[in-house]
Amino acid sequence: MLYPAPHLEIKERVAVTGVGILTSFGPGWSINAEGFRAGNPAFREVTLFDVSQQRARKAAEIDLPPDPEIPNLTKQQIKRLDRAALMLLLAAQEAWTHAGWKDVAQLPVVLGTTSGGMNSGQDYYQQAIHHPLAFRNQASRLSQYHCQRQPLELANAFGFGGPITLIANACASGSNAVGHAAELIRNGAARQVLTGGYDALSHLVFSGFDSLQALSTTVCRPFDSARDGLALGEGAAILTLESFTFAKKRGAKILAEIAGYGASTDCHHLTQPQPNGDAAFESMRLAALQAGINPGQVDYINAHGTGTMLNDSAETEAINRWAGEAAPGIKVSSTKGSIGHCLGAAGAIEAALCVMVLQEQWLPPSPATTNPAAECRFQYIRRPGTAACEYVLSNSFGFGGANASLIFRRTV
Amino acid sequence: MVVAGVGVVSPAGWGIPSFRQVLSGGIPLAASEMLRPGWPKPLRVLRVPPPQKKPEFLSHPRLRRSSPISQFFLAAGLEALGEDVSKVRDGSIKLGIVVATFSGCVNYSRRFYDETLRDPASASPLVFPETVFNAPASHLAAYLGCRAINYTLVGDPGTFLQALAMAAGWIEEKRVDACLVLGAEEMDWLTGDAFRLFSRKVCVSEGAGALYLRPGDGSGVHLKSVTDSFLFNRQTQRTVAAKNMTNALLSQVRDHEGACLWDGCQDVPSLDRAETEAWKSWTGSRFSVKKILGEGLATTSAWQCVAAVDAMAENNGAEALVSVVGCNQQAIGALFAKNSVAEPV
Repeated sequence: MLYPAPHLEIKERVAVTGVGILTSFGPGWSINAEGFRAGNPAFREVTLFDVSQQRARKAAEIDLPPDPEIPNLTKQQIKRLDRAALMLLLAAQEAWTHAGWKDVAQLPVVLGTTSGGMNSGQDYYQQAIHHPLAFRNQASRLSQYHCQRQPLELANAFGFGGPITLIANACASGSNAVGHAAELIRNGAARQVLTGGYDALSHLVFSGFDSLQALSTTVCRPFDSARDGLALGEGAAILTLESFTFAKKRGAKILAEIAGYGASTDCHHLTQPQPNGDAAFESMRLAALQAGINPGQVDYINAHGTGTMLNDSAETEAINRWAGEAAPGIKVSSTKGSIGHCLGAAGAIEAALCVMVLQEQWLPPSPATTNPAAECRFQYIRRPGTAACEYVLSNSFGFGGANASLIFRRTV
Repeated sequence: MVVAGVGVVSPAGWGIPSFRQVLSGGIPLAASEMLRPGWPKPLRVLRVPPPQKKPEFLSHPRLRRSSPISQFFLAAGLEALGEDVSKVRDGSIKLGIVVATFSGCVNYSRRFYDETLRDPASASPLVFPETVFNAPASHLAAYLGCRAINYTLVGDPGTFLQALAMAAGWIEEKRVDACLVLGAEEMDWLTGDAFRLFSRKVCVSEGAGALYLRPGDGSGVHLKSVTDSFLFNRQTQRTVAAKNMTNALLSQVRDHEGACLWDGCQDVPSLDRAETEAWKSWTGSRFSVKKILGEGLATTSAWQCVAAVDAMAENNGAEALVSVVGCNQQAIGALFAKNSVAEPV
């Protein structure tokens, strides 16, 4: 029963036991850890659609495997999948294997996305306009377009039932999803939850950010004093979450703990953050409150850091204020200079990155940022290196003022 | 969990009185025609009529260019909040917002993509932000000055009941003092076009419905329970999921004879079959909102809840069951009851 749900007086701790990730670095933990650790940029000229009339021409595209295998789906079914669905399934497959999950009959799924199967929707629309009386394959395109279709394919592939919750809070969707999934475990409403985010590049969305002149026409340089915009990316990341009690009982390796989650709303503008970063401050405050820590205990912040003037200045202000005197000791970077802004997947990919950081004790640099803005009172990481990290925080902010912060804790 | 207010925008008009009047009349609203480019015949749809007077909220800077769905949201949400709007604005009520939608901002999405295909260099930067699923929720939050947690959920019509459960959970966990739960859709020929691929008998509709939840065990109508979400996919047929939902919901009902069922049937046998079969032994009273107001997707499930709560508030029954067998995701149900009804044993 979804309501009333169990309500624990003593909250469960939330364990991450599996991670699956797919970005423009490639598929899987190893290749992504290597890419993030080096801070390599993974952009190229867009090949998926025509950008000849756009201001920006580059994005972080993924080369999907030509002949992927997904459990319980036929080649024909896989061929019909929207690009976003395939990304989701590939990431989920890695996480599922990583966690060693088997025979999970009822499994809540909480995912974030901004555009679901938009590429299928675009194909549907083009046929509806150019060939209005031709209906061949239109039902399939429509079905693949719906956001709920991608997690339903997940349920088909891995053979589970359970509530599917799709959070579409713009670029905070992935973090909201991971945070909400963690809440389900913390409160005792679920023992295991599959969570994450996914989004594929699409012409509509690329054109949208280009129309706003939010895309960099040079190089995406988060927090650089000369930054000129973001770069788009695509991808998916999935985390398998379990209660500590259950994970330990089944002998699972616990990769990290989700210690805190905060969410808030910025009412300033539909696309621009309040300049002082009040909502970002609030989401970080709430996450730290739940984690029971103060800012000085956070070793690293994976910033939202899109590379736009407005986001990065508001986030800088928020981090400076929130961290206070501890700010100079906190290391910060944004990975969007490497793999672009993956929108609904971003928060989940950055959550996966935080787990990597805690497991392997390195920091992801942002070498494209050559001259961090003078307002940054924190240490902006530009070169690869190791670091002892106990707590890391990930920020995600989206259109519409959706703000979310997650705090991860090292487990040994 | 008390339902402290309801609000609605529907093809019957703006607000509860016209909604109540049309439902009590029991006569399906007449459809209007909508041009579908490239088709010889127009689509038959149910549109929300213009408001009798321009809503005050449209003068807010955030709403000047907003799409119909955002306007429906605001109208339904503010009606549900009633006098508590001022308490939300002055911060004495920390309000959470959960929104459910299926198609979202389809008007502006179609328009923006159309502009992109014609000439991406001139696609409007004013339109694109309004295409984002959470734009309506953002406008509502901005209008109310509401800085607490705010989610937009996307899925089939059952998602509105998931949103109700989520909101009630937030209140019980004390993340927020109260919560506004909304379901809304707007009309576009694309939506009508899409439904015709599956059935030509469906009359697509638009509007919004809102429930305002507050903690409390006093008098009034309460949200008693929301069942599990019973997925239908390759492992579980729609009919099985519907039956599982029915069984789960019935196990919560105290007095079957005195309860009213608000189902999601729409007189299209091929689409109604699973739900009809699941409720075939139901002997209590029964009402189908969709038969009057059309297929409004997430809006319809919100209307079902609004109608159920409003009927009980008007002293029609002590328990109401809301049954939603969605179009491609889940079967899910909710139980509302007046507080005089004892807790299920």
